[in-house]
Amino acid sequence: MTVTPLRATPAAAGLAEPEFLGEKSRNRWLSLALRASVPTLLLVAWWYTTSRGLVSTEVLASPGQVVRAFGELVETGQLWDYALASFRRAGLGVGIGVGVALVLGLVSGLTRLGEELVDATVQIVRVVPFLALVPLFISWFGVDEAFKVALIAVSSASPMYAYTYLGVRSVDRKVIEAVRGFGLRGTRLAIGVILPSALPNILMALRICLGISLVGLIAAEQVGATEGIGYLVTLAQQYYRNDYMVLCIVIYAAIGIGVDLVIRLVERTAMPWRRHGTASG
Amino acid sequence: MSDAVVRLRGIRKSFGDRTVLDGIDLDIAPGEFVALLGPSGTGKTTLLRLLSGLQRADAGTVLVPEVRTVVYQEPRLVQARRVLANVTIGQRGKAARGPGLAALAEVGLADKARSWPATLSGGEAQRVALARALVRQPELLLLDEPFAALDALTRLQMQELVAELCAAHRPAVLLVTHDVDEALLLADRAIVLRDGGFALDRRIDVPRPRDRDGHAVIAHRKDYLAALGVSPDRSPRRSDEHAHA
Repeated sequence: MTVTPLRATPAAAGLAEPEFLGEKSRNRWLSLALRASVPTLLLVAWWYTTSRGLVSTEVLASPGQVVRAFGELVETGQLWDYALASFRRAGLGVGIGVGVALVLGLVSGLTRLGEELVDATVQIVRVVPFLALVPLFISWFGVDEAFKVALIAVSSASPMYAYTYLGVRSVDRKVIEAVRGFGLRGTRLAIGVILPSALPNILMALRICLGISLVGLIAAEQVGATEGIGYLVTLAQQYYRNDYMVLCIVIYAAIGIGVDLVIRLVERTAMPWRRHGTASG
Repeated sequence: MSDAVVRLRGIRKSFGDRTVLDGIDLDIAPGEFVALLGPSGTGKTTLLRLLSGLQRADAGTVLVPEVRTVVYQEPRLVQARRVLANVTIGQRGKAARGPGLAALAEVGLADKARSWPATLSGGEAQRVALARALVRQPELLLLDEPFAALDALTRLQMQELVAELCAAHRPAVLLVTHDVDEALLLADRAIVLRDGGFALDRRIDVPRPRDRDGHAVIAHRKDYLAALGVSPDRSPRRSDEHAHA
């Protein structure tokens, strides 16, 4: 029997170490520094251009001016009053919107009847930009709190519904089939198994909802408001106070980061089963 | 067989124009361990799903006991509940804790009661699924290829464990599998499902504990492989072995 070898001789010249294709590890501090570098550079550029007069403070207030404006608001106590008023509206609106959307999402995700009755309707309503509802809502609720809360509720309901529905739909059908066989039905199945499994989606939705509620706040507090973070934007616009305009942006950014941190914390504490890495063998 | 815990009469089930169960009759006695063998797509799992109420027959009667539980090929644990809560799932109150812990101890996982399912290995997760099925003290235990997804070593251990636990608790068992050796190791009776009917239905009167390579088992194995269509003369490798033996 003649055996033809694949390669005649394993000549060292023909061999090479395999090129490393895996992920290269990166120094954590270097990574952190790189992440922080671009925002820092932007801040420095802002400070430099405005303090040197390269950009008129009519166009963009300097960091100093913005800090002073912030100090003014803190001194008069307006900042806390405004923040509190906005948080109350946003909290109530998001609470109602998210609560209703969560139930609707669960119902249409869980039952065929619910899906048939709820989903098509909600999907149609969902594509309407909620800002288009402002005039209609004013004619229904007036310009007081009810209008503001309703607008925020509607704005936060649609992402929560969509994500909850998706989350419930993507829960492993096989697991549901199994636990139903073990006698878990109805609300106990929904609360004990499906809701926790859909929690990552729901928290993601909550993050988006809180972001959108800020948009809702600006729209809602433009009319009939005497306090609130959205009212501050209107005020800055009316009096052409560039420092306040920039301050509003900074405040919104700070709120956004705050919301993100809170949700991250909730994600970590509310889903202990995900903290432990999988140790499958 | 008036005291059967499972009674199937004239079961028919088709998917499209393919008839997978064509007038099946089956009785399972209390405590009887039945293995159902068959090539893929012959309707083994369909039969099991009829018994667990997940599918309906086109014709015929299905009678099953009140308390019946299933172990599937995948553990199907709820990731968001701890191991003990998974075992006692669907049972109300604190009273379920004691039996739940006892069941975990029986499968050798007493110390994992407070673990999350994601931290378990494949074999451990499947043992939790077994504890979950046994804690209800079922009259009928349905096993849907419960060892198929395990690695070879773990599979052997799980088979021994199932043999022990079934001997201790004596539920009626229907094991769906494609593994002849597994069926012959565990079952009181092994059935080959083929072309909509039972091609072979025989009691396996081999005393336990069984030797996987004992003479009595090997004698059965040849017949079962033949019934499954893996006869020695059709499988060249096996015919070689026999020729040279």
